[in-house]
Amino acid sequence: MAIRNPSSFLNPLMFFVISISLFPIAISPEAETLSRMAPGIIWVITMLSVLLSLNTLFHYDFDNGVLEQMIISHHSLSLILLAKTIAHWILSGLPIIILSPFLGMALFLNSESIIILILTLIIATPCLSLIGSIGASLVVGIKNSGMLLSLLILPLYIPILIFATSAISNAQSNLAIDGQLYFLGFFLVASLIITPFLSALSLKISLE
Amino acid sequence: MSKLIVNNLSCQKGYNLLFENLSFEINSGEVLKVSGANGSGKTSLLRIIAGLSSFESGEIDYDSFNLKSEQYKLDLLYLGHLASLSPELSCLENLKYSSLLGTNSLKNDYSKALKQVGLEKYENDLVGTLSAGQKKRIALSLLFITQSKVWLLDEPFSALDSKAITIIESKIEEHCINGGLCILTTHQECNIKNLKEITL
Repeated sequence: MAIRNPSSFLNPLMFFVISISLFPIAISPEAETLSRMAPGIIWVITMLSVLLSLNTLFHYDFDNGVLEQMIISHHSLSLILLAKTIAHWILSGLPIIILSPFLGMALFLNSESIIILILTLIIATPCLSLIGSIGASLVVGIKNSGMLLSLLILPLYIPILIFATSAISNAQSNLAIDGQLYFLGFFLVASLIITPFLSALSLKISLE
Repeated sequence: MSKLIVNNLSCQKGYNLLFENLSFEINSGEVLKVSGANGSGKTSLLRIIAGLSSFESGEIDYDSFNLKSEQYKLDLLYLGHLASLSPELSCLENLKYSSLLGTNSLKNDYSKALKQVGLEKYENDLVGTLSAGQKKRIALSLLFITQSKVWLLDEPFSALDSKAITIIESKIEEHCINGGLCILTTHQECNIKNLKEITL
C-alpha cells in the first residue's frame, strides 16, 4: 500500500536526509565540531522523522473504516497492531538505518562510531515505532493531532535518546558502551511485550 | 437455530439519551429493519450490537454467548456506513483483506462475488478510482463470500441503484432461508420476506 502512496513514507525520510545535511552548512563544516555533535543530531532528527510518520500509522485505516473491522475481527487486535507497527518500522526505521552510515560519514563520524550508531538505531528504532503506536492509537480520531502526539510521545522517547547518544559519544572516546546497549535492549524487549496490548486498549477507547 | 436477544438496552451519547429500555429478539431466518429519524441512534445501536461501542445498561446475548466471545465474533459481519476499503488496494485485494480480517469466509470465490455485484470488469482497478456506488457494491460483495450468521448492515442501500438494491435484498432473503439473521438500518422501503420493524 505504501508503494502505491509513496509520499506517506518518503516525506519523513526526505525530512531526515535534508535536515541532517543542513547542519554542516548552518553550524560549521569543521570535522571536530561536527563529529562531536553528530550523535545528537542524527538521533534527534531520527526521532522527529519517526514522529512525523506516526500520524499515518492508523489515520488512513480510521478514515476508511478498516480499523472498525480490525476491532471486531476474531483475530487478536494486539497481533494485528503489532503487524502494522512492524510494517511501519520497515518503512520508517529501516530506511533510516540504511541511510545513517552515509549521513554519519557526512558529519565526520569515525568508522567505529558509525557501527555503534547503526547498532543503536537497529535496537532502538523499533522501540520508537512501538511506543509511538500507543500515541497514534490514542489520538486516532482527533483532527490535526500532530502537536498532541508529540507532547504524548516525546517524553517517552527521552530515555532512548539519552542512552543511544551516550553510547555513540562513549564509542568516540573509546569508553565502554555495554551498559547503554543493555538498557536499549531492555527497552526493546519491554516495549515489544507491553505496547501491542496498550495500543489495542487505547484504540478501542478511541473508537468508542 | 440462533437467537439474538437485546434486553432493556439504554444508550447515551454525551448528554443525549438516544434510546432507553429497548428490548427485542430476533431469531435465525428473520430480518429486523431499524428505522428512525436522523440522529435517533440507529448506527449507535448497530455499533453496540457489533461490540464497537459501550452502552449504559441492558444485556445483549447471542445464543447465550456474550458480545466479546470468540464464537460471536466468528459469526458476526458488520458493514458500517464507511465502506472499510483501502483506496490504494484493488477491488480483489480489498475483498481478500476484508475476508481474512473480519469475516468467517471459507469459500474463496472473490471473483465470483465481484461478478454478483456487477464489478467483474473492475477486479484489478484501485478502489480509490471508483465511484461511491461502486465502492458500496464492493463492500456488499462480502455478503456473497461470508459464512457469518449475524449480519449487521448500516444503510446497505445508500448510493445503490435499484438493480443493485434488488440483488442485495434477494441475497439477504437467501441468507435468512439458510438460517442466518440480519439487522439493517435504512430509510428506504424494503421488499424482504420475514421483515420485522422497530422504530427508534
